[in-house]
Amino acid sequence: MYKNIKTIETKSNKINTKKRSISLATLIFNIVGYSLVSLAVILCLIPFIMLISGSITSEQAIANYGYSIFPKEISFDAYALLFKYPKDIIRAYGVSIFITVVGTISGLFIITMTAYVISRRDFKYRNKLTFFFYFTTLFNGGILSVYIFLVRYLHLKGSYLALILPLIINIFYLLIMRSFMKSIPDSISESAKIDGAGDFTIFMKLILPLSKAGLATIGLFYALDYWNDWYHAMLYISDYKKFPLQYMLYTMLSAGEAMSRISSMSSVSMAEMPSRSIKLAMAVVATGPIILVYPFIQKYFVKGITVGAVKG
Amino acid sequence: MNTISNFYREIKKNRTLWLMALPAIFLVILLMYIPMAGIILAFKDYKYNLGVFGSPWSGLENFRFFFLSGTGFLVTRNTILYNVMNLITSQGLAILIAIIISEMKGKYFKKISQSIIFLPYFISWIIVGAFVYNIFNYETGTLNTVLKSLGGEPLNLYGMPNAWIFIIAFFNSWKWVGYTSVIYIASITNIDAECFEAADIDGANIFQKIKYITIPSIKPTIIIMILLNVSKILRGDFQMFYQIVGNNGQLFNATDVIDTFVFRSLISSGDMSMSSAATFYQSVLCFVIIMLVNGSVKKVSPENALF
Repeated sequence: MYKNIKTIETKSNKINTKKRSISLATLIFNIVGYSLVSLAVILCLIPFIMLISGSITSEQAIANYGYSIFPKEISFDAYALLFKYPKDIIRAYGVSIFITVVGTISGLFIITMTAYVISRRDFKYRNKLTFFFYFTTLFNGGILSVYIFLVRYLHLKGSYLALILPLIINIFYLLIMRSFMKSIPDSISESAKIDGAGDFTIFMKLILPLSKAGLATIGLFYALDYWNDWYHAMLYISDYKKFPLQYMLYTMLSAGEAMSRISSMSSVSMAEMPSRSIKLAMAVVATGPIILVYPFIQKYFVKGITVGAVKG
Repeated sequence: MNTISNFYREIKKNRTLWLMALPAIFLVILLMYIPMAGIILAFKDYKYNLGVFGSPWSGLENFRFFFLSGTGFLVTRNTILYNVMNLITSQGLAILIAIIISEMKGKYFKKISQSIIFLPYFISWIIVGAFVYNIFNYETGTLNTVLKSLGGEPLNLYGMPNAWIFIIAFFNSWKWVGYTSVIYIASITNIDAECFEAADIDGANIFQKIKYITIPSIKPTIIIMILLNVSKILRGDFQMFYQIVGNNGQLFNATDVIDTFVFRSLISSGDMSMSSAATFYQSVLCFVIIMLVNGSVKKVSPENALF
């Protein structure tokens, strides 16, 4: 009885205070907060809108008025030209997909095995080994040394390996993966060991299936890194037939060379090329896939960042 | 001697585990530890045909060149200033947005706005370069289209180096605020709900709750984020600077950072003398700064230390 009265009292108290003082402050907070977040949302979206509208504006309108937030005269000439002779784009897509798949699978496998080893509590050298990896984030030889090493000593210039190797070991992902693995109870490994299973068998048959969330998360991080990489292509690849998509786009945006290739292939003269809109159309084509899969993969990244932040 | 034989016994005992870690160990040695030796190039006159170890020593000549030419001071100053500015703007905005989004009641608005603010993290810097071209180029940029339609004069931003400080700060925040706010939102979600309930009962308003509960609770996260950024204070985000500024020589005074400087000498001039000095100086100072920062944090509040 007494208990009941008390809850009723607190309830009415709550309602009273809400009415008295919270309403004005909450109102101000909501107005300011919702407007700030809406502004941030608009600022995040507007470059995309301008990009798309620039890519579907007719070349004439761009020449006369410049790019605008909404297209003045709609024309799909740039896309028509891009897809009429899609050889370059398809090949660049192929290179990007190849690099992304090979890099992600091998990186993920190597990192996951290592994460399992350094997460095993009965592995005596786990702290020393972890520091061996961690140290490379504290000190490194810089891009200059890596470049000289890969080109002068490993002779990787022009090789796809030069695009895969530099991103294959990511210490941050290794540590996130270790955090994921730590949530798997030790007793699983221990009991399997008693049953006579070897460490590798335990890893393949028991640990991997239990780490699906971690695998998906870190795999997507890897895939995004490989997909968006242009920097290593710029350093190591000079044959345009080996360009990944992002770097192909970069050469189109920055140099006329890629444009003249399209022009000669499509037998449209350089002067008649919708060169201003085609740059943006290419950007849209290169970004499209990411935007399309984004709603489905976003939650894995949130999960990964959260796990990484808790034990960073 | 004893440790070596212990280690040998350990490898024999856990052979499979060591084999499983071997690919990563091998790759880290190959791609990270071996190239560390390359920093001795700072004291050498590098000749491609002679290689790193065959090139003749040049003493401190490279450093003298790097600093006496004024480049050393310029790129160091720019790197530090941009990092401080980007730290303040992007962390500040991320904290603000995380607090507001966490307090929001509307479920759909919350979800959709968070997704959209996180989206730029997924976009490559190349696309940001396309945005910059689309918005700021003199002839046809959207900015000048809008200015002209309002009856104003078009702006030639490529002749205004200082404007790029703000453009860089804007796109840096644009790219990272969503990512960073995910970290802060996670930290706010971890706050015990009872704290807020108790504050409600005591009649605290929303601003008081943020000031006395939310901010003190996420302080450790804020400290760690600041530490991580301070330890990278001499590293410029190469991809961002290169895609936003590109090779516009007029802008270098205001926008050149150590990483873009090193890269340019690698790609265009092939003269490694100054950039090898810059690399050495950057790697060593970064290491010293991390050690100092982490050491002092360990003394003051060990739970916030990075390692």
